[in-house]
Amino acid sequence: MEIEDKIMSAKEAIKKFVSDGNLVCFGGFTHAIPFALGHEIIRQRKRNLTVSKETPDLIVDQLIAAGCVEKVIFSWAGNPGVGLLHAFRRAVEKGIPHPIEIEEYTHFTLGARYFAGAAGIPFVPIIPSVLGSDLPKYNKNLKTIKCPFTGKLLCAIPALNPDVAIIHAQRADKEGNVQMWGIIGSNKEIAMASKKVIVSVEEIVDSEVIRRDPNRTIIPAFKVDAIIEEPWGAHPSYTQGYYDRDNEFYLEYDKLTRTVEGMEKFLNEWVYGVENRKEYLKKLGVERILKLLPKTYSSIPVDYGYYG
Amino acid sequence: MSKRYAKDYTLREMMIVAAARELKNGDKVLVGIGIPQLAAILAQRTHAPNLNIIYESGIFGSRPARLPLSIGDPTIVSGSAGVFSFFETFAYLLQRGYIDVGFIGAAQIDKYGNINTTVIGDYSKPKVRLPGSGGACAISSFAKKVIVITPHEKRRFVEKLDFLTSPGFLKGGGSREKIGLHGGGPSVVISTLGILRFDPKTGEMYLDSYHPGVTIDQVKEATSWDLKISPNAKETEPPTEEEIRILREEIDPMGIFLKK
Repeated sequence: MEIEDKIMSAKEAIKKFVSDGNLVCFGGFTHAIPFALGHEIIRQRKRNLTVSKETPDLIVDQLIAAGCVEKVIFSWAGNPGVGLLHAFRRAVEKGIPHPIEIEEYTHFTLGARYFAGAAGIPFVPIIPSVLGSDLPKYNKNLKTIKCPFTGKLLCAIPALNPDVAIIHAQRADKEGNVQMWGIIGSNKEIAMASKKVIVSVEEIVDSEVIRRDPNRTIIPAFKVDAIIEEPWGAHPSYTQGYYDRDNEFYLEYDKLTRTVEGMEKFLNEWVYGVENRKEYLKKLGVERILKLLPKTYSSIPVDYGYYG
Repeated sequence: MSKRYAKDYTLREMMIVAAARELKNGDKVLVGIGIPQLAAILAQRTHAPNLNIIYESGIFGSRPARLPLSIGDPTIVSGSAGVFSFFETFAYLLQRGYIDVGFIGAAQIDKYGNINTTVIGDYSKPKVRLPGSGGACAISSFAKKVIVITPHEKRRFVEKLDFLTSPGFLKGGGSREKIGLHGGGPSVVISTLGILRFDPKTGEMYLDSYHPGVTIDQVKEATSWDLKISPNAKETEPPTEEEIRILREEIDPMGIFLKK
């Protein structure tokens, strides 16, 4: 494969790598939530997806409202720092726009599924914290096993290997080596666990930039199928060092989407009503964008040494 | 130096101060947004300057320059001592037993400190679908000490949970240890009415102190089961003037969480 083949638009990447019925895993943990790529999935009206994300956040809420989702795999379904997810609630409580299946975990056990998937092992044993809870009654993936060394009871958490991982990060080179800093969540694990990997980045940088700081790379190029240069691709969440979280947006979303009509209005305005992230940013407006720019707080470069 | 107690403070401030006093200098404390975070920052700026503030998003040694609005706020990262991945945080910090104190909230709590944050009503046909466990189940299983923060209402302090999300002392009498949970379990509940602790033998909750202006009867009235009262039950020590000043002037001058 020519290396340039990996660089494409969000539209091309979603068209090429996401199919109806796929298990799609979203990266990001309050930080770097791949909103631009998620919105493209909605615009292309993908259907019957199983979506996995520890914290579904607003993006999975929107995918549910737009009718893309058949099943959600998750561990904390709330609007971070604000409250509840209204479309998720409507789907679970009232079957609006259609009933969805849920497969629920704790943070630790879902993280363990990604880890096992990334490591290529069928399951990972953990100390059986969930056995004290009611979750195993409803989730048959939380099984027990006896430790072959001590005889103690453990939980066996099965691997999860999604069809597609959708990730946002700070930067990558043309080959697809992805670098990230700040909260990295499960991005490394889900990329290594998934069959296809789509990554949007704030900027595509020269290979030299990546190779001068190799410890910052979280995904190797050979695992990456598509790289999309998508500045502000994580708004209204944030990208560390590039822009702040738009907390007002999360609050406004909470108010607006309490009704089905409000939710539709949101989708029409911010997703269907724009062609791509560039148009989304135009709509967001310069004033709002400027307000979200942080002051600089650079790291001091480290010296890896040159051993030629 | 004698303490000067504040005359003017809110219930929320009382709860924050009570939670801060549960934290010791040097504790590694896993915090959530709202009261837990304000309590941790207050402790850091008063009696526990070396408190290690940890967020489940993987940040340790956090020194936020502004008040974080979520557990993933970028301000908790800049200036922190380090960042772990999601799995590392739960495996290396929590499961491994390094977290001294964890905070959790409750939609429902029973007399053994078991907590529901998953659903009101039947799981398969919920009346209200709440966010679920998140990190709470691991925190309540593995932290050496768990502090529960909750409004004190009859509908929350229930005989039977609709769903058990995070294990307290389960059915009491050692049932928690039997399944291998090495964390210490709930050590204190700071409610809007008082401070409740747990009998080390039976694992049952009892009232240790009631907040100024609250009576024991009021606490019993707001609890669904016949709540045990400590023979030494007293009034909760009120906030000092200095604690209130730090909270209002330094930590949350905009009143983002204090006025909630």
